Formats: sequence, structure tokens, C-alpha cells
Amino acid sequence: MFFSINSERCVRLTVRNNFSYNSRLISQHFECNKMKIHEYQGKQLFQQFGVNVLENRVARTPEEAASAFTELGGAIAVVKSQIHAGGRGKGTFLENPEQHGVQLVKSAEEARDAAAGMLGNRLVTIQTGPAGKTVNQIIVEAGCDIARELYLGIVLDRANKQPVLMCSQEGGVEIEKVAHETPEKIFKEHFDPAQGIESYQVRKLCKKLGIEGKTVRAADKFMKALCRLYVDTDCSLMEINPLVVTGDGGLVALDAKINFDSNAAFRHKDWEEMRDLSEEEESEVRASAAGLSYVKLEGNIGCLVNGAGLAMSTMDIIKTHGGQPANFLDVGGGANADQVTEAFRIILSDANVKAVLVNIFGGIMKCTTIAEAIVVAAKSVGFTVPLVVRLEGTEVEEGRRILEESDVELVTATDLGDAAEKVVATLG
Amino acid sequence: MSILINKDTKVICQGITGNVGEFHTRGCLDYGTQMVGGVTPGKGGQLVAGLPVFDTVEEARLQTGANATMIFVPPPFAADAILEAIDAGIEVVIAVTEGVPVIDMVRVYDAAKKSNSVLVGPNCPGVITADECKIGIMPGYIHQKGCVGIMSRSGTLTYEAVWQTSSLGLGQTTCVGLGGDPIVGTSFIDCLQMFQDDDETEAILMMGEIGGTAEEEAAAYVQEHITKPVAAFIAGRTAPPGKRMGHAGAIISGGKGTAAEKIAALEAAGIEVANSPADMGAAMKRAIEKAN
Repeated sequence: MFFSINSERCVRLTVRNNFSYNSRLISQHFECNKMKIHEYQGKQLFQQFGVNVLENRVARTPEEAASAFTELGGAIAVVKSQIHAGGRGKGTFLENPEQHGVQLVKSAEEARDAAAGMLGNRLVTIQTGPAGKTVNQIIVEAGCDIARELYLGIVLDRANKQPVLMCSQEGGVEIEKVAHETPEKIFKEHFDPAQGIESYQVRKLCKKLGIEGKTVRAADKFMKALCRLYVDTDCSLMEINPLVVTGDGGLVALDAKINFDSNAAFRHKDWEEMRDLSEEEESEVRASAAGLSYVKLEGNIGCLVNGAGLAMSTMDIIKTHGGQPANFLDVGGGANADQVTEAFRIILSDANVKAVLVNIFGGIMKCTTIAEAIVVAAKSVGFTVPLVVRLEGTEVEEGRRILEESDVELVTATDLGDAAEKVVATLG
Repeated sequence: MSILINKDTKVICQGITGNVGEFHTRGCLDYGTQMVGGVTPGKGGQLVAGLPVFDTVEEARLQTGANATMIFVPPPFAADAILEAIDAGIEVVIAVTEGVPVIDMVRVYDAAKKSNSVLVGPNCPGVITADECKIGIMPGYIHQKGCVGIMSRSGTLTYEAVWQTSSLGLGQTTCVGLGGDPIVGTSFIDCLQMFQDDDETEAILMMGEIGGTAEEEAAAYVQEHITKPVAAFIAGRTAPPGKRMGHAGAIISGGKGTAAEKIAALEAAGIEVANSPADMGAAMKRAIEKAN
């Protein structure tokens, strides 16, 4: 029964609820390094694991959207933009400000028009930044008969060192606000990855959520399947907001947000196919291909550092001295000259960069490797902006000598504070 | 005295036949660590860096009397290697491997807590007791025997702190790299407890970073239980929310785990907080002077 008297209400809610599609983690729970996937991909995984979702079709052209509407066969459906960011329902398109990222449609024509307004255009939401994200695909999804809306999430609880399943009656709202203001409205059950959640834990949650009768049995199957999915597919985060109790007592995931723990990529060969490179910063993709850890930022001082903690600290000290870092870049412990050269290319390809600070504390990384890479990069890439270099640690004397004997123009610094001061000074 | 390891610690390397394992086994030997063997399944009987290789940790422990292990096994097999070391009764298990899936660490952490082994890491530079024993990848020569116990979630930032404390003539007792992952075997609190109980350690320097609430918990612990001067630095004041900064654990989400929150908690506990990474050694000195 897709359309009862509640159908208008339910679709309205569906649209509203997408405002909080990307509702983030709750209170003290933290996610580890992640790979994001689209809602439609998450829902495909849900189906594989036996988690109920609404029937939907992926479309990449307006015509596909129109046929999808017809195939679904209902009186109404919802067209949803697929991007790796939340706030789609409220978001609008740069090229087409009247069009929202999620739209209720009542005919194949309306589905086609909505899709035409979304596809190929840039959707700006509270999470995308002003440039927005290009919508390359949409889904057309059937409506359903909503009795209640809940929230369900699974994350790793770093404090307890276990995954935790969290539920709330406050579905469809900003769940972090609930966690912050009324934490007693969030119900949690930790579970052992090998065992999954136990039936008694599901019953406890159902009692608190006010779920009764046959819905308790549906919840048992639903929650166990989700926990299994979380563990088997190495998720770092899973969220369903809203989780819907249907008029006939069933449970349906109206949304699907799944992030994977990228450390586990070696045992999930299918992730590469699910990865959407168009959603990622080009320079970050390039860096990860070279084995570098790079995050683009808004400032104008490029940083090349070894080690994540030192790289973060280098950004911090630049800021302390009145500058703005253009990036985080960790060349890692065992980088070779090629990787370091590529690192320079990536930093210098950012048009905002007006100066570069190299800060190396050699451990495994030898200062000579960095010095040689600076000389090579100066020749092959060319430094058009001032370069400040601070070397310390393994083979430091030899590294400094290589730089002195080269004809590369650079400013040397003796320690971290000196380096930051000098690089900020080059900007005048 | 020192914590975790000293000149009598006998160390094996799991993953000794790999390039990285062999390289750092030699580095530890050069520092003077009592390296006594290595383990790589299927390669028992070989010699690497002059040390005997065994197929299992159990065999290695029985044959060499090893009581510590340094693990360089690649991520797909790292959890298994740690579990094997715990099962064999190795007292100090130091996992250097970066990139272990977090769900594997849920199981491993549980096993470590139920055992008598202390797990340090994964994704850490290791542990060093100055002039006595180095287990890990840190450059040995920057260390100098002294009075400061150092603990950190970041590798190169630890070197920076070591270098600064050495330059100021404070020196170190033991430096522990806790590791940058969301789940690691040893916490700041575990380390604080050990440093408090160690006679040689007169002061404690901790380097934290954004993400999680480990620093806040440490601050509360210091206030309750630590009588020695403590200084701290938090990396990531300028990190944008939601982006991963190299370390899996360093994610700010939901407005928690920010540098500002951590610094406030540390200061409230009377800890001297370095205002820049160039100020870590000096902050330690200030903390010591205040206490005297």
C-alpha cells in the first residue's frame, strides 16, 4: 500500500527530512578515516543485507527519470540528487536557483523536468561550500505510508572501543542537537562485532522507542542486518535518518548514509567501483595516488612536512605567526624523491600558494632525500614563489650541504618558530 | 628505572624478513637494543641481521626468552600478529603498522585488556628508553638520558619534543608513541600512571591532537592522580572540521574533539600548555620551575 491518505504528508516529510540527510555524528562518537558513497549505493547494500528500502531507480538523464517514474507505477514519487553532502532538500542549484536538490513529483513529465533541473548542474547546500557539487545522477524513489519517523545510527564508540547502535524517536531532525540538548532521548546499545546485536538489546531499544507488536520482530531482523552490514563491509559510519515505521507496522530505511573505513580497502575490491572521483578534490586524488596525505585548505602558504602531527603543528605555527596554511601535506615516513617531487607539484599547482614551507624532522625520512628532491623539483617544476626550508634529524648535515651547494634559491630556517616567522615574512 | 622497556628487555621483530622490518631491526641493534630474533611465518630457520627467524612467536619466545616484540606486519595480517604475540605471553607488544582496519582493533583491544600484555599502537613510532632500549622507528640519536617522560599520539611531533627537551638539557626517561588510530592499546592515562610510578621520571610532557576525548580524560586524570609537573601541546588548532588530517583518529565531528576544548580542559587541570609546537620544551621547563 504505497499511497494511503497519508501519502501527501509522508512525501512532504520525506522532502523535509532530507534537510538533515547528512546529520553528523553524535556527541563524543567519532569516525575514523573514511570513504563516502552515495545514498543509492548505500541502499543497494541495504537490500543485499535484507534491510528494507523503498523501490527506487537511478537515472542519469531526464528521460531515464521519466521512465523510472512510470516503472515505479505510483501516483507520486521523489526525485533526489545524489551527491556526497547533506542538506540536499534545502539546497538549490547555482544555474537554476528555483530548483531544489530533492523534489516531489506527480507525473513522468514532472520527474523529467525535475531531473533536467538537477542533472549536470551544481547543487549548493550548507555542506558543499559556495561552489556546490555537480549532480551526475539522481534517484527516483517511490513514496510510502509513514506512521512514525525514527533515527538510527551505528558508529565506533572510541571511549568504549566498540561499535554502538544508537536510536532516537526524534527522527528527521538535527540529531546532534538532540544529543546535545536532550541526551536522554538517544538510546544506545554496544555490540561485539563477532556476535552482532542480541535480540534482548533490540527489545530494550524497542521498549524505549515505543515500538510494539509485530514491529518488534521487524526491528530484530532490521537491526541485526544493519549490525552485520556495519561489520562485514567495514563501515566507519552508518546512518538512517529517518527510519520509518510504516502504517502496517514494517520498518523502512528512507535514507542511507554509509562511510567506509578506508584502512579496510584491501579486503573490499568492490569499493573502487563505488568510489566517485568526481566527488573528491582533484589534488587530493592525485596525492593519494602518489601515496601522500594531502588536504587542500584556503590559505596561501604551502606546507610540505613529514608526519601527520608535525604537519598539523606546522599549520598551527604558521597561523600563530599571522599566516594562513594552503594545505596539509604529510609525505610520510618512507617517501622517495619521486613522491616528494610530486608533492611539490601538487602544492605549486594551487594558484593561491604564494610561499612554501618545508619542515622535515628526519626519522626514517632522511634529510638528504628531501634536499635532493628540492633540487630536482626546482629544476623540473620550477619554484616561482619563495621557499623556506627547515631540516632536522637523520642526515641533516649532509642534507643542508646539498641545498647550499645547489643553486636553488631558498631561505633556511633553524627551528620551527624561525621557519614560520620567515615564511610569513616573505609575503610582506 | 624507566617505563615499559629498559636495557634488559629482550626484543623480537614480527615481520623481520620484510624490508622495513629488517631496516628497523638493524636500527634498534645499532642503538644497543637487545634484539634476539624475529618471526615470519614460513621463514623459520633463516638469519636476518644476524638474528634467528622463527615461524611462530611462541617458538621465538621459548628459544630466545624475548619479553617484547616490535610488529611491522602489513595491515591485512597485523591484527593476527598482535593476537599471536599476546597469546605467546609477550609482555610488551609494540605495533608500528599503519592502516589496521578499526573493526580488527575492537577484537585486538579486547584481547589485550584481558591479558597480561601491554599493547602500544598500532600506527605508532614505538617506545624508547634513552640510552637503554629503542623499539621502533624513531631516530635514536636525538634522545638524551634525563628526567622527562614523553607520550604522544604523533611520531614526528614526538621527535620535535624530544629534540627540544634534549636541547634544553632536560632529557628523557622513556618516550612512548601511543599511535594515531581511533583504537590504540595504551592510552595517555595508562602512560600517566606508569610515569607517576617511575622514580626516574620527574616531569611529563604529552602531545595530543584533535579528535576523540583522550586529552580531556587525561586532564581529569592528572588533576586527580598526578603529582609531577605536566606540560602539553595539542596539534591541529587550525584544522578544518570534518577533514581527515593524516591520522584516522584526528577527525573533528559534531563539534567535539576540537583543539580549543582540549586546551581548555588541560589548562583547567593545571597543565602548562605550549602555545606553539616550538614551545613544547620550554613549556615543560616552565612546568618544572613552577613546581619547584
